Amino acid sequence: MKIPYYPGCTMKANKGNGTGFEQSSVAAAALLDIELVEMPRWYCCGTVYSTASDDLMKHLGSVRNLSKIQQMDEKKVVTLCSMCYNTLAMVNVLLKQDPEKLQTINDFMAPEEEFYRGEVEVLHFLQILKTDVGFEKIASLVKKPLNGLKVAPYYGCVLTRPKDVAIDDMEEPRIMHELLHALGAEVIDDPYKIECCGSYQTIGPMKGAVIERTYRIVKSMAMNGAEAIVLTCPLCEFNLDARQKDALEAHPDIPPVPIFYFSQLLALALDLDPSICKFENHKIDPQPLLAKLNLIKAIPTIR
Amino acid sequence: MIKLTAAKLEKSELIRKIEEWSNQNIFACYQCGKCSAGCPLTDSMDHLPNQIMKLLQMGDEETLLKSNTPWVCASCFTCSCRCPRGVRITEIMEAFRLYRLRQNIDHFNPSKLGKELAELPQIAIIASFRKLTS
Repeated sequence: MKIPYYPGCTMKANKGNGTGFEQSSVAAAALLDIELVEMPRWYCCGTVYSTASDDLMKHLGSVRNLSKIQQMDEKKVVTLCSMCYNTLAMVNVLLKQDPEKLQTINDFMAPEEEFYRGEVEVLHFLQILKTDVGFEKIASLVKKPLNGLKVAPYYGCVLTRPKDVAIDDMEEPRIMHELLHALGAEVIDDPYKIECCGSYQTIGPMKGAVIERTYRIVKSMAMNGAEAIVLTCPLCEFNLDARQKDALEAHPDIPPVPIFYFSQLLALALDLDPSICKFENHKIDPQPLLAKLNLIKAIPTIR
Repeated sequence: MIKLTAAKLEKSELIRKIEEWSNQNIFACYQCGKCSAGCPLTDSMDHLPNQIMKLLQMGDEETLLKSNTPWVCASCFTCSCRCPRGVRITEIMEAFRLYRLRQNIDHFNPSKLGKELAELPQIAIIASFRKLTS
């Protein structure tokens, strides 16, 4: 199955290990007969959805992308990044509900873009794995079960909120739990799984507060027995990984907990080359943990 | 016999704009505090989200405009999703920010970030520019 894939800004960057997220996802998808085809000439989606009633300009990036998908004669688009998913999906929901706003935006875009009809479906890669592939099939294809790996899924904010675009239950999401269970990992449920990490406040005067958020999330998960945290968003990754370095300095009572994208663990379990995961980009090195469980061979030298 | 008359409510420009831009009825809030209980960043806020709602209802513009609360909000939608009255507080915080940003008052200056800027992923930079600068 071929499906257009919208990357978004951070998927092409080593910061937040977007490259490892993208490469492991594309390779794992290929093994599961899903071809993620990067859409040509994509724009920034805007990263965050503007909730203001009169802020149509901020939706323009997202609509241009959706229009391009429509021009490719495709019905669906898949994203990896939670924030891209949320922004594209929220804009899509708004335009489906409000024909007047849809018309205004289309009038503005003409004649550069085709009239967007509001019919494209925005999906997250996890939804493809669950509905188009199926976790049972994934379990049957696992070559290196993640036996003994204690992981806590972390959903963050915008993948499961607000309800209009939530890919799973808002308060008790299970989709990543199910995937990781299928990969053979020991899944640890933690109440902080849906708590926001502080998001974009990681820049500027609120940086300290984000470090404290990271500390609380990591501490709760570590105390529940998690050896690693698994997530879907490059901004969560940056906050829980890079900001964890600062949190560890301020609070020596927590152990360093490596952060993974779900696709990295999927790729490892499917026995793909670990180099696509770009573990060298992580600030908290996950390789000793993986080597201990024989999931990767030797530890290559890092910086 | 007591004669009851409806209080005449004069809404200031700030309150009217907030209602318009957020598309919310500020008087729907009944102060249960669910929003503040779930908010991840209350530690850093001058006023809890439910206090902001009360200040809005009272029309206390002076206190509202001094509060750092809308600038601490990370737009995680937890309050909006849990409000038993269906008030989307995330939208109200956004409207507050826009009230300042549309007067060309930025909340932070990227040029002061210096070396830190090179370490940040694009997603963080773009998101904060979109929410905190005009």
